[in-house]
Amino acid sequence: MTGVCKSFGATHALEDVSLDLAPGEVHALIGENGAGKSTLMKILSGAYTPDAGRIELDGTPFTPANPLHARRCGIAMIYQELTLAPHLSVEENIVLGAEPARFGWLNRAKRRDLARRALEELRHESIPLDVPVHTRTIAEQQVIEIARTLLTEPKVLIMDEPTSSLTQVDAENLFVVIDRLRQRGVSIVYISHFLEECQRVAQRYTVLRDGRAVGGGDMATAQVGDIIRLMVGREITDIYPRVPHSLGRPVLELRSLAGEAKPRSVSFTLRAGEIMGLAGLIGAGRTETVRACFGLDRICDGRIFVLEHESTHRSPALRLAEGIGLLSENRKEEGLLLNRDLADNLTLTRLNPFTRLGFINRKRQCETTRQWMDQLDVRARGPEQRIGELSGGNQQKIALGRLLHHEAKILLLDEPTRGIDVASKAQIYQLMGRLAAEGKAILFISSYLPELLGICDTIGVMCRGALTEVRPAADWTEHSIISAAIGQPTESA
Amino acid sequence: MTHPPDNAKWNWLATLNAAGPFLGLLLVIALFSLKGEVREYFLTVSNFKIILTQTVIVAIGALGMTMIIISGGIDLSVGSVIALTSVVGAVLIKAGQPPLVVGAVVILAGGIIGLMTGGMVAGLRLAPFIVTLGMMGIVRGAAKWLGNNQTVNFKESPISNIMSDPDPLKWQPPPGVWVAIAMAVLMAVVMRQTVFGRYVFAIGSNEATARLCGIRTRLMKVFIYGLAGLFFGLAGLMQLSRLRQGDPTVAVGIELDIIAAVVIGGASLSGGSGTILGSMIGALIMAVLRNGSQQMGWPNYIQDIIIGAVIILAVGLDQLRQARQNT
Repeated sequence: MTGVCKSFGATHALEDVSLDLAPGEVHALIGENGAGKSTLMKILSGAYTPDAGRIELDGTPFTPANPLHARRCGIAMIYQELTLAPHLSVEENIVLGAEPARFGWLNRAKRRDLARRALEELRHESIPLDVPVHTRTIAEQQVIEIARTLLTEPKVLIMDEPTSSLTQVDAENLFVVIDRLRQRGVSIVYISHFLEECQRVAQRYTVLRDGRAVGGGDMATAQVGDIIRLMVGREITDIYPRVPHSLGRPVLELRSLAGEAKPRSVSFTLRAGEIMGLAGLIGAGRTETVRACFGLDRICDGRIFVLEHESTHRSPALRLAEGIGLLSENRKEEGLLLNRDLADNLTLTRLNPFTRLGFINRKRQCETTRQWMDQLDVRARGPEQRIGELSGGNQQKIALGRLLHHEAKILLLDEPTRGIDVASKAQIYQLMGRLAAEGKAILFISSYLPELLGICDTIGVMCRGALTEVRPAADWTEHSIISAAIGQPTESA
Repeated sequence: MTHPPDNAKWNWLATLNAAGPFLGLLLVIALFSLKGEVREYFLTVSNFKIILTQTVIVAIGALGMTMIIISGGIDLSVGSVIALTSVVGAVLIKAGQPPLVVGAVVILAGGIIGLMTGGMVAGLRLAPFIVTLGMMGIVRGAAKWLGNNQTVNFKESPISNIMSDPDPLKWQPPPGVWVAIAMAVLMAVVMRQTVFGRYVFAIGSNEATARLCGIRTRLMKVFIYGLAGLFFGLAGLMQLSRLRQGDPTVAVGIELDIIAAVVIGGASLSGGSGTILGSMIGALIMAVLRNGSQQMGWPNYIQDIIIGAVIILAVGLDQLRQARQNT
């Protein structure tokens, strides 16, 4: 791949990225969330078409029209989320989409043979062929998924975070499988946040940052510290307002909180007037922590104190009554009622100021909404417009406005700046600073390190369901946050 | 940010959206009035009284069903509930209970069945389709059991007057029509103006968001099915009044007519949208179609085909309209 560019609207997702793969090579693609790894791989596997640049496969120009075309040309992708049909048998899953058949009649003997050979190839012939896939472990399912790609005789195999849901032992088995594939001459693009894994399986690496390839080379001679520096090294520009705020008494305390799978153990104390940042990679358990805290997910162990009183198991309704508000990371699927109007979306948690005997005074509801719209600079036709018609930034302001209208004292903000324009982002930072100055406590989850370092008083980092020590933001650097997030011991720097 | 021309266009569209089912009703009436010899009978006060009377049961059922569908649910057991509650009423009348007691018990019986349905939907987290499919059989069976597998007859009761024509020469429809209209107004106000109504819309629009906003979604579902059950009980009372006997095999499949009325009225089966007025007009469209087809002398099967086509057409137009609105 040479000089590949791709833009979405005004955002340059990829700028002039080049990547070359030798036969039988494992190439690690490294970068932070949003660095452009997925976009690059989606271009290679035909899901996106690049704006510029070219791809060559075995020396001939290659322009995949769609994922199916790319697959036929020998480019296979294994996604983070497995794509098996859980109720079909192992054998049926392996041949899915490539069933040996004649005039529509399945050839069962041949199917069995193909499936067995594929599993043998991966040294996993012990997996029974007749049982439904959902009865196998996640690790075995992953092997089955890889076996399926073998049927198409892939030249290039892309693996996106393959170990994110595997245990250490299963991951080690997967590396053996990868080595076997490599010996067969398959080139593998290996995407992972975990550098020690990349060092274990890859021969070469490329680091992406903000849509550019910023470095690469032989894995054998690379230093982990250098790679992390490449991942981080961006200029920190200051669009973060610093409103002075003083920390008050503890308002929310978690003591070794554990959920069903994640979080495993999270403890922290959030004070009035504090903005605490929660950093970590996607899937580290940050969202699960606030969901459990807000009563959306089950709490298995640990205790929660609100305003220094124990209140561990509470429903969202009771949490709201305690003055806690949650901004969902998923605006479209959870955060908003997309087909309802702005007024309803903004005031749903606190309708009582304009309600008498259960009847809503629509006029006053709209007046209140209009006031918030002015205050938050929401661009819309009016309180009665459907919220689904607004831009992401304006939607997010309404979602935040709901917490403000609710007069929440503890705000759990999960990726409040995701997918919104820079101007709206700056306004949200301003707002957060002002709220903290008013004595509200904010827990701020973000995957974008500059904003965490820019506005937080304290920062904790989550890795695989556990939270590190929470330290003042000044004690962290992007480098040390990333090290903690990928589970590397912090170097003395 | 407000541009007058943009706004005017939007209002025009909104008006058309709201008036959609109403235009459909006028269109259907106009079509049946085309033929002179049919018009003579069709476009008369007495015929409209008949149409309104025929609409009452479906309309009252649609009040409960609209609320359930807006909340993202469905109820397939309505026909069985109507049968059971009407048999309950007949048994009570036969036992000599006063009409007010009969009426109250019949309606409450519907409410209790609704609470059971809602309890199962919320408590066991089962799909409403499954729960009410099961309830359809259970409640129908209970009705037959209670009626000893035959109709329950009684001599005379003031309850029969609810659905009978007070005076064939005057325009006044039977009291049941007024009851239905009063209930429709009540429900329209509840759905539009109250916190309860807002919560019903919120749950249907996005249950996860509703939960996030502190709405006790499971408790609300029990309430919704319970309240709807009261309406189904009331529909059972109307059925009892109309038949003047308790028939456990009555109203088979009426839930489909009711769902069709709600859907023709613009509600989405995926929840979050729908209006009481729309559903009422939907119920009227169905009744006019049946009545008009009879006046035209069309056989039963033609009626079925026409009504089936109208359901598909109405929802198809609705989808088209929404797709245009979203772009």
